[in-house]
Amino acid sequence: MSVIDDIDIERPKTRRWSPGNLGWGVLSFAGGIGLWWLATLAGLSELPSPAAVLRRAVELALDGQLWGDMYASLRRVLIGFALGSVLAVPVGFLMGWYRIARAVIDPWIQFFRVIPPLAIIPLAIVTMGIDETPKIFVIFLAAFLSAVVSTYQGVVSVDRTYINAARVLGANDGTIFARVVIPASTPFILVGFRIGLGSAWATVVAAELIAAQSGLGFRMQQAQLYYDLPTIFVSLVAIGVLGLIMDRIVVRIEERLTHWQERV
Amino acid sequence: MAEPKISFRNVSKRFGAGDDAFTAIQNLTLDIEDGEIVTVVGPSGCGKSTAMNMVAGLISQSSGEVLVDGKPVSGPGPDRGVIFQQYALFPWMTVRENVEFGLKLQKLDKAERRERALHYLGLVGLADFADFYPKTLSGGMKQRCAIARAYAVNPTVLLMDEPFGALDALTRVKLQNQLLDTWSKDKRTVMFITHDVDEAVYIAHRVIVLAANPGRLQEIIDVDLPFPRDDEIRLSPEFAAIRNRVWRAVYHHDAQAA
Repeated sequence: MSVIDDIDIERPKTRRWSPGNLGWGVLSFAGGIGLWWLATLAGLSELPSPAAVLRRAVELALDGQLWGDMYASLRRVLIGFALGSVLAVPVGFLMGWYRIARAVIDPWIQFFRVIPPLAIIPLAIVTMGIDETPKIFVIFLAAFLSAVVSTYQGVVSVDRTYINAARVLGANDGTIFARVVIPASTPFILVGFRIGLGSAWATVVAAELIAAQSGLGFRMQQAQLYYDLPTIFVSLVAIGVLGLIMDRIVVRIEERLTHWQERV
Repeated sequence: MAEPKISFRNVSKRFGAGDDAFTAIQNLTLDIEDGEIVTVVGPSGCGKSTAMNMVAGLISQSSGEVLVDGKPVSGPGPDRGVIFQQYALFPWMTVRENVEFGLKLQKLDKAERRERALHYLGLVGLADFADFYPKTLSGGMKQRCAIARAYAVNPTVLLMDEPFGALDALTRVKLQNQLLDTWSKDKRTVMFITHDVDEAVYIAHRVIVLAANPGRLQEIIDVDLPFPRDDEIRLSPEFAAIRNRVWRAVYHHDAQAA
């Protein structure tokens, strides 16, 4: 140890410039875009150049179409996700807390989990019409299934010692549930939300590719018909950016709510 | 003397059924007096935690009777405080909130809760850490917080399941002294499970030695050493003699089995 300390002390303190994690991320993106630019300049690819994509993005943003599409997609995701998680939390708690509820509900969850939500779309369109309902339903299903499983896992894996500690201090079942089970399973629930949001976002785009009159997926589908590559790129980037922002928001909330956790 | 604080009357506990059945405790009869510190030692599988959990009301016996203050135990209650080896502090609560948890259940108002919590945190030397989360505390501090939490609800019995087992030797000795110090101020009944023969002798009025497979009473050894106890006593030949007796009762008996 002392040897390492000595080396540390001896080392000349020339602070070399070093970007932080965010800096490296930005650099990495910049590098990737640079390579893309070079590839299109050299004529190695039929892809539109970054400049063409940027131009199209500005056009679409100025005439409002981009915002309209983003709004349509986001609205579906947020409504579906909200409905799915609001239902997933009580159902997950029910399954974790009552053995019978678990035995009754679990087979259904496992069954629906192996069906990709997109496979439900034809059925949903036939039974629910072509408006927003089938899309929101499919997203709801995707978010619900992801969140319910992790909520239930969270409840089941609450350390018995915490429950015993609460009981010997005089807590009844209701108190144990509210003050021990819920906080102890919060980290799991938030992971479920994160996964649920991811699958909701993946599902909305696919649902719009199949059946929609608006949204980022629909726009790509249209652009494909007209061989409009820049618009496809703009939509892709918009999907990626919105997905990333939503994920960061959930991560922030997670850090807020579970700051008490020991992190390794 | 008055009626015993804790009584085991011919208590047995079996887990499982059929060929897989396992007898954790067989025909245990034992009285623990009010205000007495009793330590329980024995090899793994001697049922010492099982016995304690029955007093705590966390598990029930298969046959026989477990009495506290002459009444059969029917479930956990704040009259019996439990201190677990894994501390079992709620990590989502601060140190103070942990200590206040049991007080809240007793419907004490906020000011009184706060006062009591700070009083007991002061007793274990954690007053300055009241607003910290458990993750920031060392093992010894966590256990002290758990002790404060158990004391705060004012139990008449303290059940301690290898509370200092996960701590380093120095911290352990400190906490043993602190436990005796706190006990000398208000004499509660303590049932203390440990693996450590020195610890068992140092803090106890009596050492209960259990044998394993099936768990049963092996020997009860009186510790005729004066209180308060200190290093002088710990290093005395009398202490060594008792420790040797306990050691033989625990290990010699099962030398082949180990």
